[in-house]
Amino acid sequence: MQFGIFTVGDVTPDPTTGRTPTEAERVKSLITIALKAEEVGLDVFAQGQHHNPPFVVSSPTTTLGYIAAKTEKLVLSTSTTLITTTDPVKIAEDFATLQHVADGRVDLMMGRGNTGPVYPWFGKDIRDGIPLAVENYQLLRRLWREDVVDWSGQFRTPLQGFTSTPRPLDGVPPFVWHGSIRSPQIAEQAAFYGDGFFHNHIFWPAEHTQRMVEFYRRRFEHYGHGSADQAIVGLGGQVFMRKNSQDAVREFRPYFDNAPVYGGGPSLEEFSTQTPLTVGSPEQVIERTLGFRDYVGDYQRQLFLIDHAGLPLKTVLEQLDILGEEVVPVLRREFAALKPAHVPDAPTHASLVAAAGGGHDSTVHAADDVTGRTVETAAQA
Amino acid sequence: MTTRTLAVVSAGLSNPSSTRLLADRLTTATVEALRARGDDTTVEVVELRGHARDLADALVTGFPNTELQAAIDTVVGADAVIAVTPVFSASYSGLFKTFFDVLDKDALIGTPVLLGATAGTARHSLAIEFAMRPLFAYLRALPVPTGVFAASEDWAGGGSGALSGRIDRAAGELADVVTGRPAVSRPADPFADPETSFEELLKGH
Repeated sequence: MQFGIFTVGDVTPDPTTGRTPTEAERVKSLITIALKAEEVGLDVFAQGQHHNPPFVVSSPTTTLGYIAAKTEKLVLSTSTTLITTTDPVKIAEDFATLQHVADGRVDLMMGRGNTGPVYPWFGKDIRDGIPLAVENYQLLRRLWREDVVDWSGQFRTPLQGFTSTPRPLDGVPPFVWHGSIRSPQIAEQAAFYGDGFFHNHIFWPAEHTQRMVEFYRRRFEHYGHGSADQAIVGLGGQVFMRKNSQDAVREFRPYFDNAPVYGGGPSLEEFSTQTPLTVGSPEQVIERTLGFRDYVGDYQRQLFLIDHAGLPLKTVLEQLDILGEEVVPVLRREFAALKPAHVPDAPTHASLVAAAGGGHDSTVHAADDVTGRTVETAAQA
Repeated sequence: MTTRTLAVVSAGLSNPSSTRLLADRLTTATVEALRARGDDTTVEVVELRGHARDLADALVTGFPNTELQAAIDTVVGADAVIAVTPVFSASYSGLFKTFFDVLDKDALIGTPVLLGATAGTARHSLAIEFAMRPLFAYLRALPVPTGVFAASEDWAGGGSGALSGRIDRAAGELADVVTGRPAVSRPADPFADPETSFEELLKGH
C-alpha cells in the first residue's frame, strides 16, 4: 500500500499570527514538504491545480519536475489535474515529459474542478463538466497510446496527423486515477477503463466515499478488469497530530475555525464526527485510518492533507515526522497483514512496464514530408 | 386505499408559533380532504427551528448533517408538501429560504405544494404571491392556486373571508391534485447501474 500527502497549494494567512506567506515562500514550501515526504519514508506527493488566488499551483509539472530531480523514490502525482479545462494535448505532453524527467515516478489524478469562473476563463462551460471529462480523457488516452492521432470532437479544435511528443517513457503511459466526491459518472469512467478511483475523503461524510467506492468496484468488475475487490482505490484523509490529543486539538482549533473550506460552520468536534477529519494522537490517527478499510475494502493508496488552512511550514514538517516515524510504519504493517494475496498493489511504472511485456523506446522520428526520408533512412544512405 | 405522505415544513420561530398553528390547521384540513377522496395520509412535520444551525452548517460545508439529511429526505420523498413561513421584511424568512436552498434544485419537480404565511398585519398578505410562488416556480413544484395567509386578526375573524374557509379551499385543491396522481416515486438511486453505457457516452467525442 502507498502512503503519501496531497496539497491544494493554498496561500492562507496563519490565523494565530495573521501572517500570510508570499507566493515565493509557498511555492518553495511545497518543494520542502515534498522532499521531507521522501525523507520520512512516504511514497507519494500529489499537488492540486488551480488558476486563481489564493493558490500557487497553476503549473504542476514545473514544481513536480524540480521535485523529481531532488528525489529518488517519491511518486509524483496530482490532486487533481483539471481534465475539463486543460487542453488534453498539453496534459499528454507535460506528463510524458515528466515521466522521462522522473524516470517513470509519475501518475495523475483527473478531476473536474469546482471553481466556476475557471471554466469560462479557459473557454468552457461548467455545465459541460462531465462531457468535458469524458471527451478530453478519451483524447488524452489516444494521444499517449497512438503515435499519430486523427481526432475530432465537441470541445477542442480537431487534430489531423498529430503526434504528441515526447512519447510516454518505455511506451507506457502514466497510471491514471479519477477523483470525484459524488458524481457516479466519474466512478463509471474509472471503472470502464480499469483506471484507479480516488475519493478525496475530506470535508465530506464518509458515506459519500463508501457509496462511490462501492459503485466503482461493482462497475470495475462489470467491465471485466477483475473482481470488485481488485479495483484500484485511493483515499484522502485529513489529520493533525500531537503526542497528547488535547494538545493537538488546542493547537489545530484556530486553523480549523478559520479554514477557508469549513471555517465558521460546525465545530471541530462536530466536523470530526461528520467527516474523516482526525485531530488527536498518532494512535488515534492509526485507529481511524485502519477503520477506513471497513467501508471501502482493501485499498491501494492513502494520501493525507496536512498543509492547508495557514499551518506554518515548521508545523507541517513536524506532522510529516510524526507520520513517517509513528503512523505510516504501523499502517503499512497492519494493512499488509489484512490484505488478501489476490488484491493488487497500486500500479507503478515498473509494474505497468512488466504488464506490457517490457519497455520499448517509442520515439517517433520526423519524416521529411516530401521525400519521406527519416533520420534512420538518411543514416543508412 | 392509497396512503399518501404529507410533509409539513414550518419555519415558525416562537413556541407556540402562529406559523405552526397555521401549518397544523392546513394539515388537518388536508388529511380530511384526502380521506373524503378515499386516501389515507401519513403526516411528517419538519420544524426548521430545530435545524437552524444544521442549515447554517450546510451552507458552509456544502453537505447536510445526518439530522438535516433526514428532514430533507422526508420532504423530498413526500406525495405533497405544506410549506408555511412567517413574513420577515416583506418576504419568507431566511430560515425558510435556506431549507429550500440546500435541496437539490430538481428535488421537488412536480410535487404539489400548499403555501402558507403568517404575519402581524394583513398588509403582508401578498407575500405568498410575490415571494413564495416564484420560489416554487423555480423549483418546478406545483403550488395550488389558493395560498393561505393569516394575519393576527385572522385568528379572531369570522365572516365570508374567514381563515377557515380559505384553509378548507386550499386543502381541497391540494387533495384534488394529490388524488389524481400515482403514489410518489422516490428519487432514482444515483448509484444504480447506468442506463446509458459508457460506450454510448463516448460517441461523438
